[in-house]
Amino acid sequence: MRIWRRSGNMGDRSKETGKEFSFGKNGNRGNQQPARLGPKDKKISNMRGPNPPKTKLRNVGPMRGLVFGPISGESGLSARGKRLRVEKENVGRPGGVFAGDGELDRNVKNSGHVSATGSRISPCSQLKATFTTTSSILRSINLWVDSLKCLKDCAVNYGVSRMKKHYKDLWPALKDALYASTKTDLSFGLESLTSPGIEMGEIHREAVNLLQRLVKQDISFLGLVVEDIRVNMVFDTISRYLRYEEMLDTSKLEVLVVSQILSVSARSSVESCNIIFQTFFFRLMNTLGIVEKTSTGDLVHNENSTVSTRLYHGGLHLCIELLTTSKDLIPSSEECTSTPESAQQSWCSIVSRFSASLIEAFTSAVQSSNDDCSADAYLGVKGLLAMGMFRGGSSPVSRSEFEKILTTLTSIITAKSAKTVKWELALKALVCMGSFIDRYSESEKAMSYMAIVVENLVSLVRSSHCSLPHPMILEATSEVCSTRPTYVEKMVEGFEEAFCSSFSDFCVSLGPMTLDRKVFTIVSVSISNKQGIESFLISNYYLENTCQVNGNFKSIENCSQLLECVTNKLLPRLTEIDGLEKSLVNFAISMWNQIESSIVFSYDFKGREFVEAAMKTMGEIVGVASVDSQNSIIQKVYNVISSSTLPAMESIPLTVAALEGASPKASIPDVKSLVHLFLVSFLKGYIPAAQALGSMVNKLGTGLEEACDTIFHESSASGSSIPSDDSSKTIGGSEALLSKICLGFYGSLDLQTHAITGLAWIGKGLLMRGDKRVGEIALVLMECLKSTNSSGNALHPSAMKHAADAFLTLMSDSEVCLNRKFHAVIRPLYKQRFFSITVPILESLIVNSQTPLSRTMLHVALAHVVSNVPVTVILDNTKKLLPVILEGLSVLSVDSVHKETLFSLLLVLSGTLTDIKGQQSVSDNAHRIIECLVKLTSYPHLMVVRETAIQCLATLLELPHGRIYPFRREVLQAVTKALDDPKRRVREEAIKCRQAW
Amino acid sequence: MVSGLINENPIVYEIKERRDVRAYSSNTDELSVDAIDQLEVFDILFVRDIKDPEHPYSLEQLKVLTEDSVEVDDTKSHVRVTFTPTVEHCSMATIIGLCVRVKLMRSLPSRYKIDIRVAPGTHATEAAEQVSVDSRNSK
Repeated sequence: MRIWRRSGNMGDRSKETGKEFSFGKNGNRGNQQPARLGPKDKKISNMRGPNPPKTKLRNVGPMRGLVFGPISGESGLSARGKRLRVEKENVGRPGGVFAGDGELDRNVKNSGHVSATGSRISPCSQLKATFTTTSSILRSINLWVDSLKCLKDCAVNYGVSRMKKHYKDLWPALKDALYASTKTDLSFGLESLTSPGIEMGEIHREAVNLLQRLVKQDISFLGLVVEDIRVNMVFDTISRYLRYEEMLDTSKLEVLVVSQILSVSARSSVESCNIIFQTFFFRLMNTLGIVEKTSTGDLVHNENSTVSTRLYHGGLHLCIELLTTSKDLIPSSEECTSTPESAQQSWCSIVSRFSASLIEAFTSAVQSSNDDCSADAYLGVKGLLAMGMFRGGSSPVSRSEFEKILTTLTSIITAKSAKTVKWELALKALVCMGSFIDRYSESEKAMSYMAIVVENLVSLVRSSHCSLPHPMILEATSEVCSTRPTYVEKMVEGFEEAFCSSFSDFCVSLGPMTLDRKVFTIVSVSISNKQGIESFLISNYYLENTCQVNGNFKSIENCSQLLECVTNKLLPRLTEIDGLEKSLVNFAISMWNQIESSIVFSYDFKGREFVEAAMKTMGEIVGVASVDSQNSIIQKVYNVISSSTLPAMESIPLTVAALEGASPKASIPDVKSLVHLFLVSFLKGYIPAAQALGSMVNKLGTGLEEACDTIFHESSASGSSIPSDDSSKTIGGSEALLSKICLGFYGSLDLQTHAITGLAWIGKGLLMRGDKRVGEIALVLMECLKSTNSSGNALHPSAMKHAADAFLTLMSDSEVCLNRKFHAVIRPLYKQRFFSITVPILESLIVNSQTPLSRTMLHVALAHVVSNVPVTVILDNTKKLLPVILEGLSVLSVDSVHKETLFSLLLVLSGTLTDIKGQQSVSDNAHRIIECLVKLTSYPHLMVVRETAIQCLATLLELPHGRIYPFRREVLQAVTKALDDPKRRVREEAIKCRQAW
Repeated sequence: MVSGLINENPIVYEIKERRDVRAYSSNTDELSVDAIDQLEVFDILFVRDIKDPEHPYSLEQLKVLTEDSVEVDDTKSHVRVTFTPTVEHCSMATIIGLCVRVKLMRSLPSRYKIDIRVAPGTHATEAAEQVSVDSRNSK
């Protein structure tokens, strides 16, 4: 406070200086002091006139009576005010490379002060300091950003009048910041079509913010921008280079920065936009050759200037930047309609004057571009996009011009026969415009868009005879049309038609065949029971036996591509687009209509693709459709099938399956024959049939009893219904129960293994719904694992292997069916239940096993069960299980065939090691565990096994020291050996483990 | 404390980014062999983690050891590590050398011969240090 009193007679200048000092000093103690001084300061500063920045330098030295003032001899040093005091604590260790030299830190402090103390302090000296540091000394990003932020705060807090004095200093500093933070690599990529295209660093962003703030606040700041020599120079620069790549880095920088400066200032307000456009747009047009200077010196719009248009990339870029920013100003000007139109929209009129020529220029840029130069195409498309994105009725671009833009872009898409950058750019631009129209609900433009873009593309899809490859049309159409629901409708209609025409085209070109129905019956199964994949495989199975190859495959290929497109592009967006579901259901039904009316179908590799696509699409459509639409599709399917002339035996069960899947409450007329069909198929080795049967028993409501009866107690072969096939012939007699086949009483080995696999799937279906019959199945399977069955016949190893693997099928989560996606009935804890049923039996069987093979197989089965059950269950039973697991590990490590099983079992073991629950029994079995793990550290077949074993060894260290110490030597030996493992990851673990032991 | 530190203000360097690409490529083929190489010795064998005896920085940060200072010949089972003490009169050189040696001995297969050197010309009593590291090793 003393300072103020004393300096009272020293006049304004010294007051200022004194202030400076106390301020700097306060800096060392944080901001408390200024807070207290507040009101008074304000008063003084209000009285004070403008401060020439230089004065402080003169007056600092001789100040007398400062509490912390400069000592004699140091006045030179103190000229900067704060230096004296700050320096000592900020210099840091000399020679240390940790950034921050004193200068930088000090400036942070400065910035902090200015923003913290706000309007109380004269901005003058602080700003000055900030500029100098900003532009020259500072190269540290954070500091720069802070300075810029602080300057923005200054601009907000000090107000226009105060800031005005500093414009002269501000502008160069700001410019420097922009120049330094802009990189010269302009991206011509697809992704930058809707973004500025240059990288925005933090400094850059802050600088832009500051500039925008300043221009918004005071239009006179723009005067500096407009008059800036560097900004004006750029127009000469751009006319020097035709292509962007040819430019020197410095000129690239010029162009980019100036375009930034201009667009940012234009964006700030309508007025600034007007000024910028008035000042620069003519010159720009002149450079581009759209405007020409007449002899009298006037600028004249050159209407038909296509020839003379000079497509300087730099100029185009500048132009696009301006147009893009100006389009954001339209709504704001619409909001304030009170202001006179003419004053508001002078930039608008400028643009509209040139719009035709500009569009022309951009179009020619696009068209002149060749494939190796993306810059031309990029700039052209971006320009067209910018022109097309003006909003509302006051848009400077008229409707006809807008339509012209659309036509140009569409023609690019339709004309190109290969996927080029240009094509992608044009497509993206169209999509942008489509979503823009939708967002601002511009009905007029939407109509033009519909007429020009959508209809054009959809008609292309329909015709399917054009130069453009089919997938590309589809991609373009689906992309473009998904911007608005009405387009989607249109598109699905088009797709439907295209599908019908090419499908019938395909069918006509074929000779008559009877298989079509079957294929599509199977498709129908996929629709309705949502087990698309299974059914698809069934269809393949049938088709492989009976198909012949010929026909017009181009059209069927188109069909499948179309379906693929529907599946991949449209279905995922179902929730986003209203009304899509309905159109898709219609689409599915018309697919069926088509199938109904056609009577031929052929099949080969391409046909398979088609079937695959059809199945997938159908499945997905039904999957997402509501129950009502599901029902309507199923009804259709049913009609098709019931009217067909196919043998009843084959069509009816599939229909039943269809009905069953979609609506669980539906009654099932003929479970028996369906089950028969599936039984026959899987006994022939066709696993998907077994899977289908499994999911059927899983989902069946009332018909379950009947189905199970059929499966387990009736003869699976009733003579006539079985196609003549070697394996099924052997079933022969009517007493062939499935379980007996499994045990090898009838038929060949193949039949047996197939039966076992099938049984596993059926068992899985039953298991998941919690049916107790799964117990019987488990018993049968375990019977198969014994070396001899009940009647004394020896079982074949491969049958045993299949039986062991059946436990994996039973316990694991399947990808193809019987999972949540396919709406399986899943009871909670079903795995636990199965675990508790089977494990005791398996354990006793292992103990009593007679041959090594059977023992191994039993272990495999147990490993499958144990490794698929949740860990908590294992942990509850560690005491019992641990010895068996360890034995299993040593048994399985003998043969490389079981390496995967071994690994999963090892994972179970590692789970028990780490858990507190298992600790006691682990400790009891430590010697066996270590012995087993040590063996596994050199397991040659699977790297992960070695790795996990070593990890487990490291985990064992958690056991009491006394318990594990005896094994230390053994473990270290094993781990040291593992240090030389061929795999790096194993070595890594070994190092850690060795260190730990 | 004032007399305790031999190099009070060591220059601290930034650590290079780890190369993680390799870790993925190596586990695709069960039979392929990943040979022990420079980076593994340097990186995976945790030379990075040995701290300077008097500063809380790792040897890598102080550039006592760099990736290039490790030479590995997997076929001949030989590793040579050349380290550069921060200052010429660093009395810690022996300790650093021993740390590195022990670390490597524990982490490399026993077939490896490990050779630790002080970079020529960077230490006042280079030869003496050499002898000292080697002799302690031979115990």
